Amino acid sequence: MTYVFIALFAILAAFARYGQTVIVQAWAGRDFPWATLSINVFGSFLMGYLFYATLASAMAPALRTGILIGGLGTYTTFSTFSLETLNLIEEGESRKGLLYITSSVGLSLIAVVLGAALSRSIGV
Amino acid sequence: MTYLYLAIFAILGAFARYQQTLIVQALTGPGFPWATLSINVLGSGVMGFLFFETLERITMSPKLRTGLLTGGLGAYTTFSTFSIETYHLLARGDIGRALLYITSSVGLSLIAVFLGAYLSRSIGV
Repeated sequence: MTYVFIALFAILAAFARYGQTVIVQAWAGRDFPWATLSINVFGSFLMGYLFYATLASAMAPALRTGILIGGLGTYTTFSTFSLETLNLIEEGESRKGLLYITSSVGLSLIAVVLGAALSRSIGV
Repeated sequence: MTYLYLAIFAILGAFARYQQTLIVQALTGPGFPWATLSINVLGSGVMGFLFFETLERITMSPKLRTGLLTGGLGAYTTFSTFSIETYHLLARGDIGRALLYITSSVGLSLIAVFLGAYLSRSIGV
C-alpha cells in the first residue's frame, strides 16, 4: 500500500511543481529562479507542519509516507536548484547565484521552523 | 502527453528516492542524513549531464525531456526533506552536523551538476 500512496502523491506533486513553475515563470520572468524558490520554501513549510501534525495522529503509516515522502519530497527539488545555480554562474550572474543559494537554504529553514511551530501551537 | 510523461517519471523518481533512503539508512544509521545527501548529489550530477546531453546531442521530444528532467530528476531529489533533516539536527543540538549537512548538500550538488555538464560537453559529437 505504501507504494500506491507514494505513486499517487508523487503524480499530484509533480503536476503541482510543473504548474507552479509555468505560472510563476510567466508572471516573474526567468531572470531569477523565483518558481523553484517559491516551491522549495512552500514545500518546506508544509513539511514542517505536516511532519508534526501527522506524527501523533491515527493516520496509517503508509499514507503518511505517501504524503511526506511521495508528495512533499516530489513537490520540492534539489536537482533543478543545482542546475539553476549553475546556469546563473555560467551567465556571469555570480551575485544572483549566491543570493539564490542563501535565500533557498535560509528561507526554507525558516519555513520548516514556522511550519513545525504552527503544528505545535495548534496542538492536534 | 507532457502530463503522462511527468506522471510516469515522477513515480519512478519517487520510488528510487524511497528505496535509496531505506537502503542507505540501513547501511549508515540515523546519525547523519547520508541518504538524502547521496540522492541530491547524484540527482544533481545526472541533471547536469542529461540537461545538456538532451539539449545539444540527443534528439528527444520536448515532452519526453520535460518528463525526464522535471518529472523524474525533480521528483528523485528533494528540498523539503533536506530542510526538515537540517531542522532535526539543529533541534537536537547538533549545530556542527547541521552546518556540515547544509554546506555538503549545496557544495557537492553544485560540483556534481558542474561535472555532469562538463562530462556531457566533453563527450562532444
